[in-house]
Amino acid sequence: MNILIIGATSSIAQETAKCFALEGARLYLAGRNLEKLQAIQGDVFVRGAKQVEAMALDLCLLDQHEHLITTAIHTLGRLDAVLIAHGTLSDQQICEQSVSTTMQELTTNCLSTISLLTILGNYFEEQGKGTIAVISSVAGDRGRQSNYVYGTAKGAVTIFLQGLRNRLTQSGVSVLTVKPGFVDTPMTAYIRKNLLFAKSETIGKHIHQAIKNPRDEVYMPWFWQPIMMLLRSIPECMFKQLKF
Amino acid sequence: MRDNHQSWGSYPKAYPQHVHPIRWRHEALPQTERTTSVLPYGNGRSYGDSCQNNGATLLTTHSLRRFISFDHDTGVLRCEGGVLLADILDNFVPQGWFLPVTPGTKHVSIGGAIANDVHGKNHHKAGTFGCHVRTVELLRSTGERITCSPHHHSELFRATIGGLGLTGLIVWADIQLKPITSPLIDKERIRFSGLDEFFDLSNQSNTSFEYTVGWIDCLANQQHTGRGVFIRGNHCADNAQSLTHIPRRTTLTVPFHLPSAVLHSGVIKIFNRVYYHLQPRQLTQARIPYEKFFYPLDTILHWNRLYGTRGFLQYQCVIPSRYEREGIRDLLSVIQQSQQGSFLAVIKTFGAIQSPGLLSFPKPGTTLALDFPFFGEQTLTLLTKLDSLVRETGGAVYPAKDAHMSSEDFQAYFPAWHKIEQLRDPKFSSSFWRRVTRLNTTPQHSTKSESYSLATEKEQAFAHHSLFNNMNQA
Repeated sequence: MNILIIGATSSIAQETAKCFALEGARLYLAGRNLEKLQAIQGDVFVRGAKQVEAMALDLCLLDQHEHLITTAIHTLGRLDAVLIAHGTLSDQQICEQSVSTTMQELTTNCLSTISLLTILGNYFEEQGKGTIAVISSVAGDRGRQSNYVYGTAKGAVTIFLQGLRNRLTQSGVSVLTVKPGFVDTPMTAYIRKNLLFAKSETIGKHIHQAIKNPRDEVYMPWFWQPIMMLLRSIPECMFKQLKF
Repeated sequence: MRDNHQSWGSYPKAYPQHVHPIRWRHEALPQTERTTSVLPYGNGRSYGDSCQNNGATLLTTHSLRRFISFDHDTGVLRCEGGVLLADILDNFVPQGWFLPVTPGTKHVSIGGAIANDVHGKNHHKAGTFGCHVRTVELLRSTGERITCSPHHHSELFRATIGGLGLTGLIVWADIQLKPITSPLIDKERIRFSGLDEFFDLSNQSNTSFEYTVGWIDCLANQQHTGRGVFIRGNHCADNAQSLTHIPRRTTLTVPFHLPSAVLHSGVIKIFNRVYYHLQPRQLTQARIPYEKFFYPLDTILHWNRLYGTRGFLQYQCVIPSRYEREGIRDLLSVIQQSQQGSFLAVIKTFGAIQSPGLLSFPKPGTTLALDFPFFGEQTLTLLTKLDSLVRETGGAVYPAKDAHMSSEDFQAYFPAWHKIEQLRDPKFSSSFWRRVTRLNTTPQHSTKSESYSLATEKEQAFAHHSLFNNMNQA
């Protein structure tokens, strides 16, 4: 299996990379920080990956995406799967006061992903097989006052993926939307942990499984599915009164 | 959250003021206030306060869990300090490599294994874990990174092996793994009716068996003192079983702390008696997966919660060869009289291989390890009695498991502690170190209000348990 992992230094992506390494996969890792990428490169290689290559780049620079993807394809020969895992947890209060921060957050969490998917969608369509997996979020299922900038970005990614899936199903390409709930990662380091928090190892392993046995939309852990179903079913006139 | 960074014995309670995760090996240490100290915290499996830094900062290494390189020809693995022994086994047993030395749990970090210089059932053949560490990179509070080995910065290397995490953060280490041809162990069990029989079995087995250990019924009446079961094993030499075929074990979890009353001494006595009589009288042989042989307790996750919120105290001591028979007999008789017993009393003869570690615990002789449910003063009084017996024989008590020994006893057991104090990173300290050295090891420039009384740190932690608990939830 040849897999491109974008946002490879995120802790969930690292865990997924470990699972693929164990199977002797070939990996191409992309992320912002070269030292971190090299640390992961060594780890997955020792764990059994046949080949591990890496590229450091700022994913907010959209004009770099073409270069990244063509280099990854050229280096590995072809791609069987891609995992897009980069993102930042926006500070809602700062976003409310700053147009530029809001735009930046939307670029990081939404526009960059859409840009990558546009290029990758065409590649996989032409190849006629493969899996595109993207980490969205339960936050994208409904807008809430505590994080609607992040929620908007993830919601847009979820809808984009629905459309892409609809388009690529005919070509035999599967599109996986991963919707994790709370995960104990550096992204959520400053949030008080409770029972709803999952370990990044668990989520990473689930993503590996979902890429191997293609699914459409997966909540991780599973209990977020009924929770979000309930949350989506609340009429807007009542929902607007809730404070969370 | 992992039980708010308590130690495995849940005694004494300690509350770090800050918990700072170290996520990448190129990261610098946090710039803490000049008055607080830091202490690396791996997977929290030390039983007492050697992994605690009450009121100061813990550097957690949970994410520092990557392999760096592996040499297939020599078997030397370079990995980050937070890598667990379980990670190494999962990855390398299928490739035909095993840990050179392993303690009774695989859920300890490499940093912790080095800092406590852990030992295992093969001490008589292989020495301690530290004997198989080739190189260590230490990150000191000055920002300096020192690569130390038996040949470079050898004094610092020796201070780091068994150095309780006080010489700097172990960023990565080179470990010599050993080749195996099968994931199975050929195991033998033999029941013994007294200590003399144990010592005879141990002497006979130590040459032909790589792994030896005994379980003792520590509450048996006088005439049965020292009865138990001897367990010995070797790696299976028959490679008929594929290395990659390792049966998955089901694990159980103790989801919450049981009421402390469950482990009443009567229950423990009955358990010990029944367990002894369940063992067949004759020698039995079996071929079992390595996990079942080395890590029987790892199948019950959070087994420490069986002891309730009050926790328990582990006690492990070594009696030098010269006095081992009388020494162990005296210890068992004091325990038997106190009627405070242990589910798992483990006895093992250490070998003569010397560890490079200055503060390493094992020495030639016999070691006894027990756990006592914490019943307050009576438990502490018992431990004090045991401590002085050990001291009379010239033995030592294991710091990784200790939560009680006095500074006088510690300094008698480990005369090299002065050297560790000299080589300690001035910003690194632990609750244990302050307790046993009675030194105020908070970094210099501390103001009066911050230099709290170290002798009473433990008591303070108790008194303020609920208060701190609430504060630290935030």
